Amino acid sequence: MIDYQKLLSHTAVQLKPSGIRKFFSLAAEMKDVISLGVGEPDFKTPWVVRKKGIDSLDKGRTWYTANAGLAELQQEISTYLSRRFSLEYEPKDVLVTVGGSEAIDLCVRGFVNPGDEVLIPEPCFVAYAPIVELTRGKAVPIVTKEEDEFRLTADALRKAITPKTKLLVFPFPNNPTGGVMRREHLEEIAQVLRGTNIIVLSDEIYAELTYGTKHVSIASLPGMKERTVLVNGFSKAYAMTGWRLGYTVAPREIMEVMFKIHQYAIMCAPTTSQYAAIEALRSCDEAIEKMAQEYDMRRRFLVDRLNRMGLHCFSPQGAFYAFPSIKTTGLSSQQFCEHLLEEKRVAVVPGDAFGACGESFVRISYSYSVSHLKEALDRIEAFIQELGK
Amino acid sequence: MMYDLLMQLEKHARLSNAELAAMLDMAEADVKAAIKEYEDAGIIRGYTTIVDWEKTDRDYVSARIELKVTPKKDRGFEELAEQISRYSEVQSLYLMSGGYDLALTIVGKTFKDIASFVAYRLAPLDSVQSTATHFILRKYKEKGVVTGDTYRDERRVVL
Repeated sequence: MIDYQKLLSHTAVQLKPSGIRKFFSLAAEMKDVISLGVGEPDFKTPWVVRKKGIDSLDKGRTWYTANAGLAELQQEISTYLSRRFSLEYEPKDVLVTVGGSEAIDLCVRGFVNPGDEVLIPEPCFVAYAPIVELTRGKAVPIVTKEEDEFRLTADALRKAITPKTKLLVFPFPNNPTGGVMRREHLEEIAQVLRGTNIIVLSDEIYAELTYGTKHVSIASLPGMKERTVLVNGFSKAYAMTGWRLGYTVAPREIMEVMFKIHQYAIMCAPTTSQYAAIEALRSCDEAIEKMAQEYDMRRRFLVDRLNRMGLHCFSPQGAFYAFPSIKTTGLSSQQFCEHLLEEKRVAVVPGDAFGACGESFVRISYSYSVSHLKEALDRIEAFIQELGK
Repeated sequence: MMYDLLMQLEKHARLSNAELAAMLDMAEADVKAAIKEYEDAGIIRGYTTIVDWEKTDRDYVSARIELKVTPKKDRGFEELAEQISRYSEVQSLYLMSGGYDLALTIVGKTFKDIASFVAYRLAPLDSVQSTATHFILRKYKEKGVVTGDTYRDERRVVL
């Protein structure tokens, strides 16, 4: 008998399984479960984009592309960043990746030496810490609080910085809280960082999904471009999750190292997806605007009902999740989710899956139709009422 | 803003005023007042349900009928349209541009019902010149809603 546990990388073996997955394997075995758990749009990719993908296959464009991506796509991404976020990057400094996820991985692997510290504001997307651990870096959580509208504050950042700090993961608009950083908040963070050698890994995958204010990239602030690795992609804004396409831009020396890793590990992002993405950037401003409006309406619908049923909910300003507090129920996040699933067949994600400070919260995705949300909310409301008895 | 409420009601007629108000960032009382106003003005003509009868075992046939008509001197198509719309079998009635004048959708239990309706109700009408009846074989989309196969959420929780 081979003892695989001994053979496998200790670091890899010790990675914590995702708290979201664990919970949803349970849900998958039950009948009639209404899920509010997914992290991807319910919209289909706009038809014009799908059609471009099909056309590229039709023409037999089935080879690798250049490692960094199709030149035409690099050009469109460069134009897009300038047009939407006033960011100036040369097309040749754009690296097209397999989703934003690959770009995050490239950045962490490109920077982190064993023992380096990576600051991670939490609650946040579940992949950052494991990727840091794989490079033998140390993930250092920074707690963001509801009273600060789940923003990273300059104070909290300053306190977390040590001589070993190498990277700051900057996940705004935020999954799961819906927190966003506006220009004035970014400026406070930039002031802390400008005198340091800390690099910002700015994950702006939800940049097109902000409500009320337009997204500002931290890289657009004076003195920040030179210390920012920006990650974005097509998944959320263009409803293109399954195409697996993202990109990263950064100062050239950084790009050269990330490019090398990408070249060896991935070679190039999917060709069909790249052709489709060109069309997305060229002709879908209106389509993504419409999707954002629809999310906004669902967001207000959801938050209003949660608050009215007694689950206090911060009004999210970005992404497509609400992050209500379940403190008043007296249950832990895990208990709340388990009971809700067992008794009412509604699946939401326990907040502690996104970091220890997510305890007493749950994540509810609103990338669902209004009628789906309504049915789920009716069940949650009944659950809360029965708890109160 | 004006059309937002109507557009949402058209899609989600079963939401409460409070829910609609939250979605549209309006006061609940304003939603209530606006709906009343739309109803009074005849802008909102009713609240219906989209039923996919093919999924039930009810006998159900529907047809689309094109009528060529001689317009009346003073009242054009109005008089005939009014008469036809009185039949409860008639689901919709439109005046059309192009190759024919009136388009109507009618429903019945059997093909025979439809045939008799055309033969005994429509064809004898004074100003009707000709009729063309097209039976509806299958509905793919109805009132903006895709019918047929039920939507299945294929998304998975991946992380």
